Amino acid sequence: MMSAQAKPELAIATPSDREIVMTRVVRAPRTLVFDAFTKPELIKRWLLGPDGWSMPVCDVDLRVGGTFHYVWRNDSDGKEFGLHGVYREATPHERVVHAENFDQSWYPCDVIVTTAFAERVGSTTVTMAQLFDSREGRDAAIESGMEKGVAASFDRLEEILA
Amino acid sequence: MEPIGYGRRSAERLDATFTALADPTRRAILARLASGEASVLELALPFAMSQPAISKHLKVLERAGLISRSRDAQRRPCRLETKPLTEASGWLARYRERWEGNFARLDALLGEFQNDAKHSKRATRQKR
Repeated sequence: MMSAQAKPELAIATPSDREIVMTRVVRAPRTLVFDAFTKPELIKRWLLGPDGWSMPVCDVDLRVGGTFHYVWRNDSDGKEFGLHGVYREATPHERVVHAENFDQSWYPCDVIVTTAFAERVGSTTVTMAQLFDSREGRDAAIESGMEKGVAASFDRLEEILA
Repeated sequence: MEPIGYGRRSAERLDATFTALADPTRRAILARLASGEASVLELALPFAMSQPAISKHLKVLERAGLISRSRDAQRRPCRLETKPLTEASGWLARYRERWEGNFARLDALLGEFQNDAKHSKRATRQKR
């Protein structure tokens, strides 16, 4: 029974100042896990960050050279932010490599994300390695997204653009 | 006395922190200092390392603001500065929180699918 087992742990490592590597075991076959990471109707149901955010846009064209576009919306204030990217590798059920960047980036930084899926006795180990082109980019990404930090940054951006 | 690391921008400081923490000897030194201040000689004892080699590590830790060294006492004991460590773990904590939430939702979603699959298998079997 799934509920009787301990919750899988999320391991996060920072092997260098430009990298973040995340590993997590998911108790499902990797074909299913791969689908959850690559099919829009499934991505929208979990890749959301903190509570109170939804994902109104999730376009995925999973092939080498294909693009993706995600937009998240804060349901309480309607604020949105997006992430877009290009696939560099797409090996079904095994490995996806893409470059990504925020739509409204106050610090332009390409991030190369490698997501690998390895199955063992019905469980899948997901490894996500993010390689930033600079330390500033990594920090901007961490402080960004759905965090308070990004809301503040967007406020700043709006002030600058006004 | 203020450790050198404190005056810098937060991003640079975090960077220095993670670079300093990337080395196992430096992490061991920090672990030792967590139980109280120590001199270079005392720190060098458990490691198969010369005092100058340990001093080099201490400089990296000091630059990252992770430790401070007394200027006045003869033995210049090192002590742990906990502020940069707290900052680094806060940074990772926010990242972790976001992804733990995502994976918890993913678990629930995949659990649903697998239950559905079991039910439909059972239904097919019953039909036969």
